[in-house]
Amino acid sequence: MKVYDIIVIGGGHAGIEAAIAPAKMGCSVAIVTMDKNAFGRMSCNPAIGGSAKGHLVHEIDSLGGVMGQISDNTGIQFRVLNKSKGPAVWAGRCQSDRDLYTIEAGNFIANIPGIDVIEDSVTDIVCEGKNVSGVITKSGQEFGCKAAIVCSGTFLNGLMHTGMKSFVGGRYGEDASYGLTESLEKLGFVSGRLKTGTPPRLHKDSIDYSVLREQPGDDIPEAFSFKTDLSIFPVLPQVPCHMTFTDERVHKVLEKGFDRSPLFLGKIKGVGPRYCPSIEDKIVRFTDKTQHHLFLEPEGLNSDLIYINGFSSSLPEEIQEEALRLIKGLADVKIIRFAYAVEYDFFPPYQVDLTLETKLIKGLYFAGQVNGTSGYEEAAAQGLLAGINAALKIQGRNDFTLKRSEAYIGVLIDDLVGKSTTEPYRMFTSCAEHRLLLRQDNADRRLMKYGYEFGLIEKEDFERVSEREALILESISSLKSVKIKPDVINPYLEKKDSSLLKESESVDKLCKRPDISLKELLSFSNNHKPFLKKLTNDEKALEQVEIELKYEGYIQRQIEAVERIDKYDNINIPDILDYNSIKAISKEGREKLLKVKPRTVGQASRILGVTPSDISVLVVYLKN
Amino acid sequence: MNYPLEDTIIALATPAGAGSISVIRISGENCFEITDTIFKGKAAPIKDCPSHTIHYGNILTQNDEVIDDVLVSIFKKPNSYTGEDVIEISSHGNQYIVNRIIQRFLDEKIRLAEPGEFTKRAFLNGKIDLAQAEAVADIINARTEASLKGARNQFDGILSSKIEVLRNQLLEISSLLELELDFAEEEIELMPLQTVKTKIEETISEIDSLLKTYSFGKIIRDGVNVALVGRPNVGKSSLLNYFLKEARAIVSDIPGTTRDIIREELVIDGILFRISDTAGLRSTEDAIEKEGVLRSKDEIRNADIVILMSDINNADDKSIVNELLELTDENRILHIINKIDLKPNYLLDKDIAVSVKKGIGISKLFDSLKEKVCSINTFSEKSAVVSNLRHYNSLIKTNECLTAALESVKNNMSEEYIAVDLRNAVSSLGEIIGKVTSEDILNNIFSKFCIGK
Repeated sequence: MKVYDIIVIGGGHAGIEAAIAPAKMGCSVAIVTMDKNAFGRMSCNPAIGGSAKGHLVHEIDSLGGVMGQISDNTGIQFRVLNKSKGPAVWAGRCQSDRDLYTIEAGNFIANIPGIDVIEDSVTDIVCEGKNVSGVITKSGQEFGCKAAIVCSGTFLNGLMHTGMKSFVGGRYGEDASYGLTESLEKLGFVSGRLKTGTPPRLHKDSIDYSVLREQPGDDIPEAFSFKTDLSIFPVLPQVPCHMTFTDERVHKVLEKGFDRSPLFLGKIKGVGPRYCPSIEDKIVRFTDKTQHHLFLEPEGLNSDLIYINGFSSSLPEEIQEEALRLIKGLADVKIIRFAYAVEYDFFPPYQVDLTLETKLIKGLYFAGQVNGTSGYEEAAAQGLLAGINAALKIQGRNDFTLKRSEAYIGVLIDDLVGKSTTEPYRMFTSCAEHRLLLRQDNADRRLMKYGYEFGLIEKEDFERVSEREALILESISSLKSVKIKPDVINPYLEKKDSSLLKESESVDKLCKRPDISLKELLSFSNNHKPFLKKLTNDEKALEQVEIELKYEGYIQRQIEAVERIDKYDNINIPDILDYNSIKAISKEGREKLLKVKPRTVGQASRILGVTPSDISVLVVYLKN
Repeated sequence: MNYPLEDTIIALATPAGAGSISVIRISGENCFEITDTIFKGKAAPIKDCPSHTIHYGNILTQNDEVIDDVLVSIFKKPNSYTGEDVIEISSHGNQYIVNRIIQRFLDEKIRLAEPGEFTKRAFLNGKIDLAQAEAVADIINARTEASLKGARNQFDGILSSKIEVLRNQLLEISSLLELELDFAEEEIELMPLQTVKTKIEETISEIDSLLKTYSFGKIIRDGVNVALVGRPNVGKSSLLNYFLKEARAIVSDIPGTTRDIIREELVIDGILFRISDTAGLRSTEDAIEKEGVLRSKDEIRNADIVILMSDINNADDKSIVNELLELTDENRILHIINKIDLKPNYLLDKDIAVSVKKGIGISKLFDSLKEKVCSINTFSEKSAVVSNLRHYNSLIKTNECLTAALESVKNNMSEEYIAVDLRNAVSSLGEIIGKVTSEDILNNIFSKFCIGK
């Protein structure tokens, strides 16, 4: 029997990161996938990033994950969302060439030494006592391992619905995975059922683009990965998307199919995401809205498929077709694949720790949709964390967890474990209470040190970021004493419609004025300190200094809030704490605490159902 | 604060000293069992009696001698004040008897309650929230009826529910702001920033109104400081004596109150007035008198109300009024003219005419004092009243955050910046009702409880 350090179950976005990171850290890894040509296949929309998700991609990149690089290499349209807002909510998003993404993901796996690809399906987890020891596959093979990471996506007992027809499968044209849920249940895990959906795919030549609004990418596209060579970016030709919308005629047609909706008839038992409702759900829930926007997104440069974002559905095929044809630009549309809903098993994530290791079986990790999340980025982030932690454990090193104030990944996992989602969990910027600190632009400053420590970030990259960090910190403190005289700066201020100076003013104060850029300000300074020269020549450092100066007051207030919360996050709860002996804790609070077994009082305080009063009790109890 | 919560505890629940009865409270796991070994009544053992029943019987020494005949009330968990099993013993109100009963229980491995421990247990058992726990401390410390009413309001959750409403209002605005940031890709109808601005302004002004109740809240807790000022021999001492003679029965007699010869307390319609007779304001070369004048000035500065008393023969005493105006606001001054009996036809407009000697006009003076209290504080009886310094400070902090958020709106900052301060405002409000709690808050609250509650 072949024995690996780590076996990764599934080759999706979580599985890729979960395999590559430990392999780079020196572990022997096998990745078991049902189709070795389907690594990182995009089951739903052909896009990476978006609000908060773009942040995750930057964080994955800074920790040494590969999602950012694959996206940069295969993107056919790049946009930064929320550009009219402040830098904390700028979020990169790209349309991907779906086929090329999969090929590129396969290349990344192939190019990392130490990863075996096994084309099969895992049906059983083998344990010795409470430790994982191997897996058994559908074809009857057995492999030994020190750790196993379950990244099974929507494939566990997957069931697809279109109208009253249902088909087993995890994704269109692909079989589901059986046996694993039951095997995990036998070990004592509790499973649940979720639902998600995907819209129809249309033929690109059957759409009348002349009547639609075009939605192009940014003129100067921004890459996700610090590794991407900007001189040849974007690698692929760039294409536009198009926008259209439904109207009341369309809604009328869709309503005709409600009597055959598996969603409304209760045939679908899984819980769907509120933030990504199907078109029939939108009509029912927002009756006062007479139109809903739809986005036509190309699936690739050489693909005939157009993904119609906003039209996910599980209504019967004939209803979908009749409705689509009434939509502007789609009169003669040819439907290549109808929309469907998919139900799949997940394991409510209170069953994992902040390292994503299960509490029940040591060495067993869950990452991605199996934990109840939706989205490629959420999955990849978990895969990476689980992979790193599995490797660290095998190597006898300390756990790796991220704080909520450090990374969106920290928020994601803390939310999963503490709130134990009952609907598919999607990352939002509003989930992050320290949003102003967790920007895309400073992901490297926040996280690269960890990636470097684990051997996932190369020394030269880390040193470059460290040097820049020193320059940034020096600049922020020194610019307070660099002053500019009125006669030098006033003509510029006048041009910018900004009030004129009567006496000299420091650069940091001037920088806080709206529409005043630090770079331009520095060109007026006759100060020749060496750091100023370095700063002027380093766009990235300049950006950081400018953001920190411009929003200093806000950032400072968030830092203070973090410090207040850290006080609780620093009170550890011993593993052996017997919640049953603390009578003062409410019944619901006790149940939740027993379920989640939080590591700190901070984590406990964020568990749904645990009241502030319970937390006071806990604090007093831990002190006594 | 390092005392085990599993212990059974005992303390006297009523004020120490002679009274018709005293109530001793015992709370904790073993209280029924232990009571059964000490108390002998006609009924079945206490542990077998239903909750909320009262039993007559005797408290016995170890040698079965009767210490006292008492009534025992049974409260079974969780339906008791602390949420634990509770026994309340009503004994005769004699300190010696009470001490013997408590000592008898202490012999049975029950320990004396720490200050505030009953209420702490009530809080820890989820019987009361943070604001209510503090209100209990206020009830214990309440000096007068009005004060008790203020404390009861809070206890009943008037302040808590008001804060909850405000907090929800802010959460609502926050969520609307978040919507725009997280659903940038989708076409959603957004709330105009003008609406955000209006909503924040409304909340600020509601909190301002709450803040204004604080000085009144403080007064009903601590009493109204009144300085009595006037030239020598206008009748200040007579007035003070008259007050005390009229109000003798209701003068507060809480032990430990600082008293000296020039400070007296009286209660008018439930409001505690703390009246100090000042030495006067005239300039002098005498060192001792100088010190007296300095002290008088301090009294006047710190007074909520200043009663200026003039003799009818020198009613329009501009110079003393001017001196007072340097030390206090005009609206805090209540001008009364004494010895009206000497000039029965004297006409007044805004001042109050009295004759202390003949007892004329005193009830009008009382009314004016009460009016003054209300006019220097805007307060209506049904409103939530902030009477606790921590609540007051949290509300001030909330408004600072909201003002910062408003500033961001005015400067056209994008939503995420407005949201920072809104979030902080929400958590400041949460601190009042214990939605966020920290050890400091808890320690502060629990250290305020006096023994027995």
